[in-house]
Amino acid sequence: MHKYIIRRLLMLIPVIIGVTFIVYSIMFFTPGDPALIILGENAPEEQVEKLREEMGLNDPFIIQYLRFLKNALKGDFGRSYSTRKPVFNEVFSRFPATLKLSTAGLLLAVAIGIPIGIISATRQYSLLDSITMVLALLGVSMPNFWLGLMLILLFSVRLGLLPSGGDVGFASLILPAITLGTGVAAIITRMTRSSMLEVIRQDYIRTARAKGVAERRVINKHALKNALIPVVTVIGLQFGYLLGGAVLTETVFSWPGVGRLMVEAIKQKYTPVVLASVIFMSVVFSIVNLLVDILYAFLDPRIKSQYR
Amino acid sequence: MSSSVTTEKDTNLKSQAGKKRSQWGEVWRRLKKNHMAMIGLIIMIILILLAVFANQIADYEEVAIKQNTANRLQGPSRENWLGTDNFGRDIFARIIHGGRISLMVGVVAVGIAVLIGGTLGAIAGFYGGRVDNLIMRAMDIFLAIPSILLAIAIVTALGANLFNLMLAIGISSIPGYARIVRASVLTVKDQEFIEAARAIGASDFRIITKHIIPNALAPVIVQGTLGVATAILSTAGLSFIGLGVPKPRPEWGSMLSDGRTYLWEASHITTFPGLAIVITILALNLLGDGLRDALDPRLKQ
Amino acid sequence: MSDNILEIKDLVVHYITDEGVVEAVNGLNMTLKRGETLGLVGETGAGKTTTALSILRLVPNPPGKIISGEIHFDGENLLELSEEEMRSIRGNKISMIFQDPMTSLNPVMTVGEQIAEGIEIHQGLSTDEAMEKAHEMLELVGIPRERAIDYPHQFSGGMKQRVVIAIALACNPSLLIADEPTTALDVTIQAQVLELMRNLREEFNTAMILITHDLGIVAETCDKVAVMYAGEVIEYATLEQLFENPKHPYTIGLFGSIPSLEHDVERLKPIKGLMPDPTNLPSGCPFHPRCSHAQDICKERKPIVTNIEEGHMVKCLIYEGVMEAKEVL
Repeated sequence: MHKYIIRRLLMLIPVIIGVTFIVYSIMFFTPGDPALIILGENAPEEQVEKLREEMGLNDPFIIQYLRFLKNALKGDFGRSYSTRKPVFNEVFSRFPATLKLSTAGLLLAVAIGIPIGIISATRQYSLLDSITMVLALLGVSMPNFWLGLMLILLFSVRLGLLPSGGDVGFASLILPAITLGTGVAAIITRMTRSSMLEVIRQDYIRTARAKGVAERRVINKHALKNALIPVVTVIGLQFGYLLGGAVLTETVFSWPGVGRLMVEAIKQKYTPVVLASVIFMSVVFSIVNLLVDILYAFLDPRIKSQYR
Repeated sequence: MSSSVTTEKDTNLKSQAGKKRSQWGEVWRRLKKNHMAMIGLIIMIILILLAVFANQIADYEEVAIKQNTANRLQGPSRENWLGTDNFGRDIFARIIHGGRISLMVGVVAVGIAVLIGGTLGAIAGFYGGRVDNLIMRAMDIFLAIPSILLAIAIVTALGANLFNLMLAIGISSIPGYARIVRASVLTVKDQEFIEAARAIGASDFRIITKHIIPNALAPVIVQGTLGVATAILSTAGLSFIGLGVPKPRPEWGSMLSDGRTYLWEASHITTFPGLAIVITILALNLLGDGLRDALDPRLKQ
Repeated sequence: MSDNILEIKDLVVHYITDEGVVEAVNGLNMTLKRGETLGLVGETGAGKTTTALSILRLVPNPPGKIISGEIHFDGENLLELSEEEMRSIRGNKISMIFQDPMTSLNPVMTVGEQIAEGIEIHQGLSTDEAMEKAHEMLELVGIPRERAIDYPHQFSGGMKQRVVIAIALACNPSLLIADEPTTALDVTIQAQVLELMRNLREEFNTAMILITHDLGIVAETCDKVAVMYAGEVIEYATLEQLFENPKHPYTIGLFGSIPSLEHDVERLKPIKGLMPDPTNLPSGCPFHPRCSHAQDICKERKPIVTNIEEGHMVKCLIYEGVMEAKEVL
């Protein structure tokens, strides 16, 4: 088991380095001169050129990338153009807010999605099942930022029940979490349902029934564990969607997280901030996937025994 | 969907063609039986027609772009079916033209992703070994970045215009299709009829085009349909944060972002474009799910 | 108290699907004595599995439905019992094992747990006591008891089937239904499993219904044979009677399509035609479209049960004396 974890951790490193390479390469092509941005549009030519030399902007791409990588590994992503604070600190300080939001969304999604998916599957063709499927379909079809706006419209503007912005206590988490979590809840519901339906059709369920096992136990003990295995993987992948979707939700709800920081930076063309944010989120995503893989190995004895 | 190989090439081709025709016919028949999928299909056809004939329905310059401040923020009425926005522009017209953009971006982005991703996946699956490893490791790296963030990065770097939007969303979708095609190739590659085809001297190219691609077609079609939906959502999202098509071009996402400030007094600016998105995505999902069921070879009760 | 552990009378089972009503079982009659082994023979689609599932009332519903008939087990009509009463019979008094051992076991539970579960439910033992018995069952089927903590994927196909047998016999049922238990196994493993089953049956005096399409296995293991066609038993006899003196043209056809070690034959004689479509069964005798002895009357009249001799019954118009004197069998 430990071998498995260590192996996966080691595989993580080249992936992350690869991510930095890709994202850096992309951002490298951003038009606009960082030196100009810092000194201002009207700065004299020689000053700009001098700053460019200092910042190493005239070096070939590979050199610049390696320099970037070296610094990144030390946690140095440069300084923000405007605030002059280290970019890394800016991103990292916003992270807890994003994590709070994403986790809330995920918990909501799982808490709703799995039970409903199970019930739907065991009552296939019933009215409940049909309603669930329709709602799940709607959930997947809604842009989450639109849902956020509609929720704000209803609960904040018209009903005045919930705050519409900022991270100011539990009440302010509700609407954003629902916004972010609905799409994922819908996906988890569908996934759980189809996985359960698939499992219930299996021969070993028939064996359990032929043994005289009560239906309840057949579902909860025999079917569930098998059905949840693929769902766990999907949950991990959905976390990536949550991290990405947080960008939009944080904008709608003025939530002080990494996503909102990114959007501001984009507007002002602060590439280091965008760069750092994307890499940071990717690293978090990779770690989450790693945890999911480990959990998966725990659940499925076929994987567990490979690494005994 | 598989084809069989015999030594009589002519009869083989004819029976193959006959089989293929009836296979697609069978798929269509199954799709037709699925009422939800047909609803999705009809909605999509309507949307496509609206997009194609957008200019006939509501002239671009006149109605969608020209500002008419006297008429601003009106609710739905006889002249403006869905009301006007903060610049007095007719929302219905803007939604129609926005639909055109969304569908275009969706289709082109998916096209790019399928072409590049599919090719990579096919090469990886077909040649295996180091090539496979290399390509799939690269795909894994791309997949470590949440796709919206990747699209954001690309558009930020290249600038916000229609083409870059398509490119960004397309590129961020590549790994998915690479995986799908690779998986299809792997299932077919080991089957015996491939060996048989080689034994009668078929070239690699012929094997790929005649045997492997038809096999990969089904999952790609399903994923592609759903992929257009995701692309449209991503487009709206990117526009919402200001990375979409430049104003004043109407795009559903940017319309939503515009409407934010007027949520209190003129909520229709936000509600209607959103509904347009929901309906489109819904239709695509229904169609995609229906196609998945219709193309599923296991559904032989 | 009768000698019969199982009596099926006029069982009718249909599957109601979009494409039509599948008449899977049509007026089936069958009896089985305690400790006896009955071979249920027929081609795929004859209704054998449906019959077996009906005994345990495990016919998937929807779309399956037991329309009419009686199934008497040990004096009780199973079709009149409540679901709860049936559950106490399944795995306890009547057990069933299925065809494919690879998929019959739950991949995320240890084999020990899977064997112990039935014991716990039916015999009211504690978890530890049940697990101890599970270990004993493993040894009984020839698997080292330490392997109880292993998972199904760690066993070979033959060993998996042994585990399945262990589960089935754990509560000492009086009737075991085995649906093609060796079809998915290699021939050598097949022999081992059959021998195991024979030994266990002798030790516990379990009656068995062995469903198979392989006459060779029937010859090795069964006391009586019932031949099924299109949802009915068309011939029922002791092993000797069936092999030495088959009466129904279908049965004769079955024997004719097996190669023999004793005589040389120019060609094997398969039965012409295909199994009838169960949504659209032929009128009269269901076999008449494929029967080389068929006459016009076979299209119109359904055969009834004719007694050839003690213990040997057949459903064919030839033996009812209503056919024109063309053939003598």
